[in-house]
Amino acid sequence: MTNELSRVDFLADDPTQRAPLVSPDLEFKDVTQTVCEVAEKPKPPKAWYVAFGISLALTGMLFSMIAYLIIAGVGVWGNNSPAFWGFPIVNFVFWVGIGHAGTLISAILFLFRQKWRTSINRFAEAMTIFAVVCAGLFPGIHVGRVWFAYWLFPIPNQMEMWPNFRSPLLWDVFAVGTYATVSLLFWYFGMIPDLASLRDRAKGKIGKLLYGIFSLGWSGSARHWHRYERAYLILAALATPLVLSVHSVVSFDFAVAQLPGWHATILPPYFVAGAIFSGFAMVVTLMLPARLFFGLQKIVTMRHIENMNKVILATGMMVGYSYAMEFFISWYSGAPAERFVFINRAFGNYAWAYWIMVSCNVLIPQLFWFKKLRRNPWVIMFVVLFVNVGMWFERFVIAVTSLTRDFTPASWGYFSPTWIDIGMLVGSFGLFFTLFLLFLRFLPIVAISEVKGVMPQAHGHHEEGH
Amino acid sequence: MQASANTDHGEASAPLAGILAEFDGPGALKKAATRVRDAGFTRWDCYSPFPVHGIDPAMGVRPTILPWIILGMGLTGLTIATVLQWWTNGVDYPFLISGKPLFGLPANIPIMFELTILLSAFGAFFGSLILNDLPRFYRPIFSSKRFRKVTDNGFFIGIDANDPQFDPNKIKTLFADMGTMGVEEFYDHDNRAALPRPIFRVGMILFLLGLIPLAFAVKSRHSTSSQPRWHFWRDMDFQPVVRAQRASAFFPDGRALRPQVEGTLAREQADKDPHLNQGKVNGKLVTTFPKAVLPLSMEMMVRGRDRFNTYCAPCHGRDGKGKGLVATRASSLGEGTWVPPSNLTDARIAKMPVGEIYQTIRYGVRNMPKYGPQIEVRDRWAIVAYIRALQRSQNASIKDVPEADRGKLK
Repeated sequence: MTNELSRVDFLADDPTQRAPLVSPDLEFKDVTQTVCEVAEKPKPPKAWYVAFGISLALTGMLFSMIAYLIIAGVGVWGNNSPAFWGFPIVNFVFWVGIGHAGTLISAILFLFRQKWRTSINRFAEAMTIFAVVCAGLFPGIHVGRVWFAYWLFPIPNQMEMWPNFRSPLLWDVFAVGTYATVSLLFWYFGMIPDLASLRDRAKGKIGKLLYGIFSLGWSGSARHWHRYERAYLILAALATPLVLSVHSVVSFDFAVAQLPGWHATILPPYFVAGAIFSGFAMVVTLMLPARLFFGLQKIVTMRHIENMNKVILATGMMVGYSYAMEFFISWYSGAPAERFVFINRAFGNYAWAYWIMVSCNVLIPQLFWFKKLRRNPWVIMFVVLFVNVGMWFERFVIAVTSLTRDFTPASWGYFSPTWIDIGMLVGSFGLFFTLFLLFLRFLPIVAISEVKGVMPQAHGHHEEGH
Repeated sequence: MQASANTDHGEASAPLAGILAEFDGPGALKKAATRVRDAGFTRWDCYSPFPVHGIDPAMGVRPTILPWIILGMGLTGLTIATVLQWWTNGVDYPFLISGKPLFGLPANIPIMFELTILLSAFGAFFGSLILNDLPRFYRPIFSSKRFRKVTDNGFFIGIDANDPQFDPNKIKTLFADMGTMGVEEFYDHDNRAALPRPIFRVGMILFLLGLIPLAFAVKSRHSTSSQPRWHFWRDMDFQPVVRAQRASAFFPDGRALRPQVEGTLAREQADKDPHLNQGKVNGKLVTTFPKAVLPLSMEMMVRGRDRFNTYCAPCHGRDGKGKGLVATRASSLGEGTWVPPSNLTDARIAKMPVGEIYQTIRYGVRNMPKYGPQIEVRDRWAIVAYIRALQRSQNASIKDVPEADRGKLK
């Protein structure tokens, strides 16, 4: 088994041969079996129960804290003048960024015909949806009176008032709302044929009913596939500019404001690169243990992981470039407040956060230059965990250092989180993993029909012998 | 494997819905599809676990119109976003934000972009489902057990019984000739489960009840009422403030206006010169000018005339007889609520203690507003002195004129 697996993992090494995307000894049947098995086993691995228990407890904690917040008011957070955007906005930007990798893998790599994506796209798309759920939570509770959150939407009302469409915060509502909706449609749309596989294999009554309903009566008809493929391609083409726009719009929340350190044209591309960076780190964080626990090593090979590590390295360099360029622009601007804010970021009150950010996001990923290291599971896990931490700190540094050191020294301050702030951040991970573990347990975690489509047999090579 | 027409339900009662053949892999399926197409069948389809490359030309499937639907939806989204932003922020509720134009394209592009994408995505998702006739949970072909492989590793061709050329025996021969792995008939059991009646009825009742709030909303939008608009969240209606003429729920004695706290002084109680500042000493209105402004000088009288002509004359008139411009105009309009200004030179006011005149300037009286905030303490006394001079001049006799000047008046 080990020999066979390592053979799969190193297939890419022979440059004269195009590496197979999944293990070459797999048949169509094996793909269906391997993936569906995960959802069909009467009992998942013990590790699943442990992880699910912990995640569920954290989710419970999150929602209790939200209840407390609603009853007591936003004073339970550390947000106060001048740092009115504390953890809630930092967490929001962090989670939205995580989501980007999913859409990037499913849409942009699809348009570029990167067929290796088929093994990991479902996984990454699911991660997107759950990350956006966590992200959407924070602005929702940040409005204070949550029962007025519907004022964000242009709904005709008895006050005959409308939201301000020229505010970046409203653009955000539309961008994140559209992103969540389109990601959900894209994910579900891709899953319909695979849900039909589960439907046709289901033994229990509940399974038959639920998989039956959600597969919508899919029959695999060629006429249906024709329209389905066209729709999927167009959805990918729509999701590609969308994913680039979402984090650009999120960055407008900062860049359109006048605050020193925020008011910069580099913010949109810098945010998008950071989002892809953090998202890929999260995909690898989840994928590495999941392929082991659920026996997917033949479908999600080390080559997939290595490809993602290369993307992490590349986007990490872009993020590092942005950090440097921000300093250059602040010096070049000649604006004293800009210059001060950046020197203060690196050497002021929050220097500790700044250097955590730089080490995690710029220095540690450099390990991936070495092939041995980017194929070693322990090293990979070490790097991606630090990237996750570093990207959270990036958003913290951007939001908090500028707010606490604006133009007027009289309004300077120091932000400290409360235990509710920290509990909600931890709790949001609980919510994310709860949803993710449910996905791993009950849904097709690999795009079965797409993987079949990129196997050599799918092109008639077996029968026709070329 | 040979042709076998066995399904688990009795096929005697169910009508024949079509014939199904399985093929060994995508290559075989494509070849077979070409032959079925060439044989002239129209109501038939290929079924496979993944989209088979090149099956469309083999079957003669024409390109779908889906992209045009998506384009239409995208343009709709763009139009909605443009009109929504222009109408709400520029027309219906003009929203001036730091002097920016009410509708300027750059600030409105993000939402135009997002809604274009959103509606296009709806077009792609729902459009393809509708064109594919999904969701449809029952299809006759699903009654075949063998067909369940279609989502695993089975490649099938099914010819429907409503095809004009449908002839079971001919089709079976054709399939056998193509090297099928197995042929079988499938039947239309029509086992669609109808919605149970009680569920349907309850659903209808709930639906109709759900319309009631909507009806109220529509009614309130198209009618007028003397009551304030009803709103769902009533946070602002229940504030812990005391309303006029109501008891306080907070203080045990029910008084909203609190008595003076023991050991404290109001600002006026700390006043070192109440004669000057309040025109009142020990609760009694003063009848003399305060020491601070004595002796009355010519300079002070001129200052008093100047302030009087600025603040008092518009109503009371320059001679103080209550015939100022405002008063004249108001009387000519015949406003019922207008209280005419007093004649400052009549006997009532001539007998008033100076303290009372001072307080009237400071606090106002009836519908005369207070002038305390506009006129300084010394100027108030200057006005009082000037009013006294007006009173003297209006009620003067020849004796009041210095003897030397009496000759000039004659």
